[in-house]
Order: sequence, then C-alpha cells, then structure tokens
Amino acid sequence: MLPYIGKRLVMMIPLIFGITLITFSVVHLAPGGPVEVQTEMQLKASAQARENLRKLYGLDKPLHVQYLEWLKRFVKLDFGKSFVDGREVMKKIIERLPVTLTINILSLFLILITALPIGVLSATKRYSLFDKLSTIFVFVGFSTPTFWLALLLMILLGVNMGILPISGIQSIDVSEMGPLARLWDWSKHLILPVGISAFVGIAGLSRYSRSSMLEVIRQDYIRTARAKGLRESEVIFRHALRNALMPIVTILGLSVPGLIGGGVIFETIFAIPGMGQLFYSSAMSRDYPTIMGILVIGAILTLIGNLLADISYAVVDPRIRRENR
Amino acid sequence: MNISSIVFKRFSRNRLSLVALAVVAAIIFVALFASVIAPINPTIIDVHNVLSPPSMAHPFGTDELGRDVLSRMIWGSRVSLKVGFVAVGLAIFMGTLIGSTAGFYGGKVDALLMRFVDIMLAFPTFFLILAVISVLEPSIYTIMVVIGFTGWMDVARLVRAEFLTLKERDFVVAARASGAGNLRMIFRHILPNALSPVFIAATFGVAGAILTESGLSFLGLGVQPPNPSWGNILTSGKDYIEVAWWLSLFPGLAILTTVLGYNLVGEGLRDALDPRLWETERR
Repeated sequence: MLPYIGKRLVMMIPLIFGITLITFSVVHLAPGGPVEVQTEMQLKASAQARENLRKLYGLDKPLHVQYLEWLKRFVKLDFGKSFVDGREVMKKIIERLPVTLTINILSLFLILITALPIGVLSATKRYSLFDKLSTIFVFVGFSTPTFWLALLLMILLGVNMGILPISGIQSIDVSEMGPLARLWDWSKHLILPVGISAFVGIAGLSRYSRSSMLEVIRQDYIRTARAKGLRESEVIFRHALRNALMPIVTILGLSVPGLIGGGVIFETIFAIPGMGQLFYSSAMSRDYPTIMGILVIGAILTLIGNLLADISYAVVDPRIRRENR
Repeated sequence: MNISSIVFKRFSRNRLSLVALAVVAAIIFVALFASVIAPINPTIIDVHNVLSPPSMAHPFGTDELGRDVLSRMIWGSRVSLKVGFVAVGLAIFMGTLIGSTAGFYGGKVDALLMRFVDIMLAFPTFFLILAVISVLEPSIYTIMVVIGFTGWMDVARLVRAEFLTLKERDFVVAARASGAGNLRMIFRHILPNALSPVFIAATFGVAGAILTESGLSFLGLGVQPPNPSWGNILTSGKDYIEVAWWLSLFPGLAILTTVLGYNLVGEGLRDALDPRLWETERR
C-alpha cells in the first residue's frame, strides 16, 4: 500500500508545478493591474505615485522574475500580503478554511446518505414508480440553478415563514447563549447552505450509483449468488452493493472541485465568511496575491480529494494496488 | 434510409426527449425574434410602476425601475442562446484539437497534453472563471470566451479516447497503407467517426454554459445592466427578496426549463447515438 501512495504523491509534484504556472499566467498576462484599480478613482495620482505603488508590489520586475520569486515563497507556503488590507494571504485563507471545509464535509456526508439509497433502490426496482420519480428528480436537480433555489428557499423559509435565518453563520446575540443554544443556532444557519450545496451532488451521485448498481446486477457472480438460493436482500447488500460502491468513491473525489467552486455563489448569497466569499471579494478588488493563493489552494485541495479517493479505491480493490506497483 | 434519419427516428421514440426538443426550439425561436415578440421595450423605465406584482399589463410584474420583467426575460433569452452556443463552440473546437492531437500522435505528445488536461481539471472551474473575469472587463464576450476556455477538457478526453480505438481499426490502417497523410487520416477518416460523443457532450455543454452564465450575471460578473439577462434579473430578485417574489421566481423558471430542455435532448441523443443499443434491438 505504501509504495502506491508514495508513487501517487510523486505524480502530484509536476501537477502542482503546472497549477502554479497556470495560476500565475491567468493573473498576470491580462491587461489591467491592481495599481490601475487603486488609482482609477483618484485622477490626481501622478505617474510617479503609480510607479511607486508598482515597485512596492514588485510589479515593475520582468514576469519570469516575478514568477520565480512568487514560487520561492509559495514553497514556504507564503503567498505574500493582500493588496487590500496588507494582511498575510495565508492567514486570511486559514481563517476562512474551517467554515468552507465544514460545509463541504457536511454536504458530502448528506450527499452520501441520501444519494446511495436512492440510487440503489431505483436500480433494484428498475422502471418502478420510484425509479421514474427519482429520474425526474435527477434531471431537474442537474438543471436547477442552485442560487435560484437558494433564493426561493430564503423567501419561503426565511421571509414568509420565518423558520430559518437567511444570512451569516451565527446570530448577533450568539455570545449571550449557552453552548447548546449556540450549537442549535449554528445548525439552523447551516441547514440551507449545506442542503443547497448538496442538492446537485445528490442528483449526480444517485444517478451514478443507479447505473453502477445496474451494471453489477448483470454480472455472473450475482446470478450465481441467486442460483445458490440466497435471499434477495443478501444478494443485493452482501454481493452487489459492495462492488457497486467501489467506483462511487472515485466520483466523490471528483466532486470536490465542484463543491469548492460552487461555494462562491452560495457563500455570497448567504453571507457565509468562507473561502468562496473571500475569493469573490478578492476578485472584485483584483487582490492578486489572494486570488493566486486561493486558486492554488483550491486546486491542491482537489488533488488531495482525488488522492484520497484513489487510495480508498485501492484499499477496497486489491486489483488496483497490484496494477500500479 | 440515411444515418441522420435513423438517428432522428430513434430519438423521437423517446417522447420526453421530443418534448424537450420542441421546448428548446421554441426558446431559440423566442430569442431570435425577441424584438417582435417582446410586448414592451425592456429598457423603458416607468417610475409609476416600480416593483408592481404580476398583472394583465405586466404578466410577470415589473422590477425596481418599473421595467417589464416578461420583456426583459424575452430579451434575456438571447444572452443564454449566444453564450451557450459560442462558449460550447469554443470548448468543442479546443477539446477536439487537443484530444485528436493527443490520441493520434500518442507517446510524449499525448502524455504532455493529458497532464495539461489534468492540471486544468484540478482547478475548481468557478474559481478559474472568476479569476480570469477579475483581470478582464466583465461582459457577455468575456464570459463566452472564459466559459469556453475552461470547459474543453472533457471533450478532449472523449475525443482522445475515440481516436485511440479508431486508429487501430482496419479501415484506418487501410487508409494509412494506401498512403494517406496524417492530416487526411485525422480529418477524413478518424474525426468524422469520433463525432457522436462530441455532439452529446455539446448538448450537455450548452446546458452547463447557460447555468454558469446565469450564475456569473447573478454575481454581477456577466452581462452588465441595463442589458437584461436571466441572471441579472435574479440579482434584483435578491435585492428585493422581501417584497418582490416575482423577480426571483420567473427568471429562475426560465433558466430551469431551458437547461432541463438541453439536458433531456442530450440524454435522448445519447440513447439514439449509442450503437450498443442498436445491436440489442436488431437481435
């Protein structure tokens, strides 16, 4: 197992290098820099003042020098200081990371516990009413703009019925609450964001587990299991389910970038202080160091998600380990 | 019977896909003839009718400047159509170019291009899109290009996989033996046979591009006011969430219907173009 993990880690290095190169190019090759944004409101800013600002940010050096300097600092996990408030980019990101990770982990969990039963049930009862209804749900789920769903639920549950709070992750008076009340307050704030970020994933994964299950049910060993007289529930849960679950692990890993990226929209809507919201505000103010930091970290989180998925795949399926040795 | 009429016959056997095709066609029609269909000029401001709920005069109500929401949505359908088709066209072009180069030449070229695909796929797409828009000016053209340039990777993988199997097939080997050059092999013999998964991916791609565009316009990074798009009407919907539900409901339904339409057409195409299903029927 260890050699497999080691090999996968080594394979990540060129990818991370490529990620830094693309991040840097995206931000630097386009016209319009942070200095222009800072000075366009002030017509009086002289050419000299602009030049000084550029020097301060190191934007006067040739591009490849800027890249190498950035890369050198990146290796030490130093993304420089934000153009907006002068704080360390790494600190700003680390502050925001827990909220985003919590929401993503909760919603991955929600996706798993709802999508798997839906998928398995519609596969075992193919063409039943349940299967048809869940297929409709899947297509509508794929096609729903999540921010719109968020708006509708905010109107319905927040504005009209007043059951759920519609912004932030805690109430204003949270400091006066006891620990249990605080937990309850926190959960109420997270219900909508987690539910909505899981919504598309539930549609996708239930479709996927349905077809994975259908694929397995056709196999010879399932026929064998039935032929030797096992009960249907035993055939499904002991023999079919295990094999059908394997490829699903990979899909979970692949859904990480979508979840992280999707955070931009719903964190902005619900005013949740996570990475997505930070990225949105940095993009609006052309805060290059923060934009680059989040792009790189977002991509690396994706790689880690894929790696974890591949490792767990190798754990459950010995064939993979042997092939890649 | 030629191949396209066989495909259409198979496609129309699925009622739902056929309905979806009609819906998609209707929306394209509305977009093309928006100037004739829209009852009211979508940019006319009416201070006496600000945020008025749906009525006979304004079936979908009016927005915070008194503009007719239905007319703005009819004009907004043009945005979805343009962005969907141009962005996907770009993505298909790039994906086909990179995928066929990788699949045809193989070896180091393939390894290098596929690592590039892996790297691009590692970025959360929405982050990458936002980063590019932040350094350029947000406009409908920017988002067309950006959605295209961040959406080609799946197409590249599909085309590469097709090329890898097709280039070993007898008819391609025969073409090579009879002296066909690389370009002739690619364009004349392999590519035409690799196109059906690309068509399917393109249909789903249009759906995805429309969703992304609406999200970006919603965030204020896409189509800029006063030009209407479904996404930026929803921005007003959020601003006036406590008083004007119609600003949120109708544009969202339009996006949902359109995207659902393209997705169902894509699903129908997938069934109609899947040769494995053809064989089971013949048996």
